[in-house]
Amino acid sequence: MNYTFIALVENKPGVLNRVASLFRRRNFNIESLAVGRTENPDISRMTIVVNCPNGDMDAHRIEANLYKLVNVIDVQDVTHQPVVTRDLALIKVRVGPERRAEVNGLAEIFRAHIVDVAPESVIVEITGTEDKIEGMIELLRPIGIIEMVRTGQVSMTRGTNDGIRRMPGLDGRRYEDLMEMAEMTP
Amino acid sequence: MKKTGAEIVWECLTREGVEVVFGYPGGANMPIYDAMLSYPVHHVLVRHEQGAAHMADGYARASGKVGVAMATSGPGATNLVTGIATAMMDSVPVVFITGQVAAHLIGGDAFQETDVTGITLPITKHNYLVTRADEIAETIREAFYIARSGRPGPVLIDICKNAQIESCEFVYPEEPEMPGYKPVTHSPRNLLDDAVALIEKSHKPIILCGHGVIMSKAEEALMQFAVKTQIPVASTLLGLGAFPASHPLSLGMMGMHGEAYTNMAIQNSDLILAFGMRFDDRVTGTLKTYAPKAKKIHIEIDPSEVHKNVFVDVPLVGDVRTVVNDLIPLVDEYDHDEWLEEIQTWKNETDSRSIMNWEEDGKLYVAHLVADIWKATGGGAIVTTDVGQHQMWTAQYYQLEKPNRWITSGGAGTMGFGLPSAIGAWFAAKDEEIWAVAGDGGFQMTAAELTTAVQEGANVKVAIMNNNFLGMVRQWQEFFFEKRYSAVNMVTPDFVKLAEAHGVPARRVTTREEVEEAIAWARSIKGPTVLEFKVEREDAVYPMVPTGAALHEMIRRPVKQSAKG
Ligand SMILES: Cc1ncc(C[n+]2csc(CCOP(=O)(O)OP(=O)(O)O)c2C)c(N)n1
Repeated sequence: MNYTFIALVENKPGVLNRVASLFRRRNFNIESLAVGRTENPDISRMTIVVNCPNGDMDAHRIEANLYKLVNVIDVQDVTHQPVVTRDLALIKVRVGPERRAEVNGLAEIFRAHIVDVAPESVIVEITGTEDKIEGMIELLRPIGIIEMVRTGQVSMTRGTNDGIRRMPGLDGRRYEDLMEMAEMTP
Repeated sequence: MKKTGAEIVWECLTREGVEVVFGYPGGANMPIYDAMLSYPVHHVLVRHEQGAAHMADGYARASGKVGVAMATSGPGATNLVTGIATAMMDSVPVVFITGQVAAHLIGGDAFQETDVTGITLPITKHNYLVTRADEIAETIREAFYIARSGRPGPVLIDICKNAQIESCEFVYPEEPEMPGYKPVTHSPRNLLDDAVALIEKSHKPIILCGHGVIMSKAEEALMQFAVKTQIPVASTLLGLGAFPASHPLSLGMMGMHGEAYTNMAIQNSDLILAFGMRFDDRVTGTLKTYAPKAKKIHIEIDPSEVHKNVFVDVPLVGDVRTVVNDLIPLVDEYDHDEWLEEIQTWKNETDSRSIMNWEEDGKLYVAHLVADIWKATGGGAIVTTDVGQHQMWTAQYYQLEKPNRWITSGGAGTMGFGLPSAIGAWFAAKDEEIWAVAGDGGFQMTAAELTTAVQEGANVKVAIMNNNFLGMVRQWQEFFFEKRYSAVNMVTPDFVKLAEAHGVPARRVTTREEVEEAIAWARSIKGPTVLEFKVEREDAVYPMVPTGAALHEMIRRPVKQSAKG
């Protein structure tokens, strides 16, 4: 199953490499990794989606090892928390004037935008959850996708919720407490 | 006050209390070496950078301080790599300083440019690439702080040549503050209470003492805790010395070549208290059947070690000394006589197989030799080892009473470690007796450091256990590959002549009668000496837990071979 982590890291050269290298070294597969600045110019924020074949045990391992990196300031596992999740895709579709209306119609349904129109193609911009984007791609595929780019997933917990900080023993939480929190799916 | 980057390096090192550095110069660190002449730091010129890394490591383990090793860019830095990985696996605080090509040349494949921070990323606790003089002071301050705090480990600083040459205002920075680096010390009270509840209920508890006990200087806390609760103490390879071997509660070494009765005690225990150890595969055997009846309490400073190999019931994340000291007032005095007696019956059975009870048969056995050295030195020497059979025999038979006197490459198992780490240890403890026990294979990997020992007058006694085999590999081939010996037969040089060519007095010993006198001779000489012992070629280290077997499924020394008379 895929787990989603949010990591706050120091905005310094090489930090992305340290994080990525950790997953390689511990033999985990990154499904998606998005990095960007935060409101604080010294801090970058990463949303990392990782496949965890052993579930929570893996998630714990990943989190603890991320913490070990000197440049990592905070790590939260938001997999089981109420979150807003977004991915952005640009999809270039091979379409001439005759079927453009069809694409327009689809875009409207998905609240996507046509951001570029050329004689033989358009670029559709769509923002949303993974599922929504996959849905749109499925419908555009038969029309003809020339190329596509996605930013990777970014996530933020809703309200004042925090993600789980799994560091065992650290704040007095027992493993069972963590498991219980993990059960509380939104 | 304006200083060059190279001067700032030494300003910072001296302020960190560094008295000795081990290294090798070259193009990319020449400004650092030039500036060195004006500072009161002793530099040890090694014969290979791997030697510098192991010396700094040995120095750190013997002194409890941070070791420092230096090398130039490219091949100099890559020669350090084995030593860096060795320090990393055993959590030893060493700061490595390498020279790098000028910042504007980076990425252009300049002469002797190597991506050293890239190469060492997974084998350092942290590393830095420094491109400007004004980054040096802060970086060195952070590096020492990171190396010695929390779970200690090696930190590498790669300093571009231009940064060494340029000048800037030098101010010694405050104790560093890093937003992402805050080692934990205390464990929360509710978890301590959970641990105490488990201890109270237990009838067959056992303490597993690891390197963390020594790193956090928790020996006294461990002693108080063990005596108060009457819980016996088993050690990992690197935990040896934290608890006196002669203490009635001491069970000696656990694991692959641990005492059979110690492994039996672990397998039959109902509570494991792991103190600063990480359940390495060499101490657990197969995890499926590891201590199946035992609840587990894990005191460990590195949260990523908790639940890593073994799922534990109570994780106490924090500094071992702090946590154990916090536990002591919470536990009662217990009496585990029945449990200790049960362990004693296993121990009696073990003793019956001990090689110590063998009749003399004219051959030299490493176990006997180690015991002879132990006797001659009153068990008080600092002992380093190389890697292989002799390492395990030394662990088994050089019974240690005190910490920081046992220096061996555990996690990495690095051959070539013995001699250089002994030289490093000598710089930490010049008044102590220092022995390096090595195999003929591993000794040859770093034998050139004999000259370093001569140049420095390092008073180290080398004992080469020469079986003309890569003994440990031979033993595995004997046990697990139907005795098909492949690439283990070794022609060795004349070690006596080799040593003498280096200017080191040396002797060869072939019979047990000569041993006592030879050891006394080596001890009587001030400065390095070499003793070559021609030992029994096909002896094996017992007991042995084969890889993948349960901890109690040991290959034991055949009884008939060991029965007295
Ligand atoms: C650098 C390195 N290469 C290979 C090994 C694998 N290895 C482990 S023990 C051993 C044999 C060591 O032989 P020797 O130094 O003669 O010591 P002995 O086992 O005979 O005491 C070997 C090759 C290693 N640990 N380190």
